[in-house]
Amino acid sequence: MLEIKCPYCGKRSQNEFSYGGDASLKRPSLEKEISDKEWNDFIYYRKNPRGKHEEFWHHIAGCRQWFKVLRSTTTHEIFKTAKVNEEL
Amino acid sequence: MQKYSIFSLIKNALTNHQNWDVAWRDPEPKKEYDAIIIGGGGHGLATAYYLAKEHKITNIAILEKGWIGGGNVGRNTTILRSNYMWDANGLFYEYGMKLWENLSQELNYNVMYSPRGIINLAHSDAQLNTYARRGNSMRLNNIDALMLGREELKKMIPFADFSTSARFPIFGALMQPRGGTARHDAVAWGYARQADSMGVDIIQHCEVTGFDVKDGKIKGVQTSRGDIKTKKVGLCVAGSTSLLAEKLNMKLPIESHVLQACVSEPVKPFLDHVVTFGAGHFYCSQSDKGEMVMGGDLDGYNSYAQRGNLPTLQHVLSEGVAMFPNLSRLKILRTWGGIMDMSMDGSPVIDKSHIAGLYLNFGWCYGGFKATPVSGLTFAHTIAQDRPHKLNEKFKLNRFNTGHLLDEKGVGTKTWVG
Repeated sequence: MLEIKCPYCGKRSQNEFSYGGDASLKRPSLEKEISDKEWNDFIYYRKNPRGKHEEFWHHIAGCRQWFKVLRSTTTHEIFKTAKVNEEL
Repeated sequence: MQKYSIFSLIKNALTNHQNWDVAWRDPEPKKEYDAIIIGGGGHGLATAYYLAKEHKITNIAILEKGWIGGGNVGRNTTILRSNYMWDANGLFYEYGMKLWENLSQELNYNVMYSPRGIINLAHSDAQLNTYARRGNSMRLNNIDALMLGREELKKMIPFADFSTSARFPIFGALMQPRGGTARHDAVAWGYARQADSMGVDIIQHCEVTGFDVKDGKIKGVQTSRGDIKTKKVGLCVAGSTSLLAEKLNMKLPIESHVLQACVSEPVKPFLDHVVTFGAGHFYCSQSDKGEMVMGGDLDGYNSYAQRGNLPTLQHVLSEGVAMFPNLSRLKILRTWGGIMDMSMDGSPVIDKSHIAGLYLNFGWCYGGFKATPVSGLTFAHTIAQDRPHKLNEKFKLNRFNTGHLLDEKGVGTKTWVG
């Protein structure tokens, strides 16, 4: 059982959360022309690291806030959590 | 190579089984090979076998970081089926089903192929309609498919919950009668033994640490047991594909996720088929030993750990109990996890890459085991001829750029949901 520290509610059991995937992906800025490659990289391609992974989680059965988690994909250890607009 | 038969069994029984030949050698890596397959799992071993048998390329090494058959080929729930809707998938897996039918004879190794039928239960009229559509698509591709009603199902799986008060009552099912199971370890060992007998070097405990690429061409690999030269490299490393791709500065359209499976204590025969629960994600069959073999959802977050977490297991097994209430009395004997190479559209990639001589085989999601023979056959063709086989020409890497996705489930890129 993972224990995830929601930045708003504190530590809660994994059952209250749902996963939101890689948080290091940056949506291309709409300010300029976006190439197909940029869109493809954003939508389909992943670093998929073994080790530390920056990811989104959703406190879906709690405060319903999205936030970021730094977690190991080998040991599942959670190093740090942060609000979406904060740096991990 | 010693042929396995009733006579060899009797002969060796008379000498207390002391004189069996080793099934495959344990060679030292040579300095150079015509082709190198990275990954000694089902797909890697099958690829080497078909390269040797169909394309007469026998100067091959299989490099395996651990031991052969220790990854997903030894961790799956052994289900075989070709009940797909899209042509590219249906025709590919159906060709695989035909290879399964003769695999024991071909490999001279009993893979315990058991076409016991796979039943996908439907729990609403809408779901029955969807299954009818899938069944019709299958039949158009000459794949066997049957729709079953409640009365037929009651005779086939009497222990399922047929009460109308069930949370998800059973409305009917789609069945592929030729679907079934096979013994997963035997598949890996059978391919290994035959590949070895044709001269393939199976090199275990040999980790690939880097690649030699010059002028856009593969020249060789660096390993924990020295550098090896070669002109062709095939990647068959499932959940670890991104790690090797990173050494080549490539990003791939996959995420690695852990999928758990488990077996119960053995009980007397009570389930003759493979059955899946339609209102969630749960599938089960009963092994020849009597254990219920069960699996379901991914744990739902990126993972390279070959073990999972209890909340997912509890969730999956609660679906099993909803389907077969008497499962609630069984004890779980073992649980384990495997690392799935979840592709962004749910279908695999068997293709060349932008580096000449580097070939890719990944993205099998939940379904790699049943594809073992046909994946090996088509990947061997792709490597030997430097162009895809007719069956895998749609499994291109660049389909994610061109938009020709094979999105069988249509769930988008949230792989942990599908």
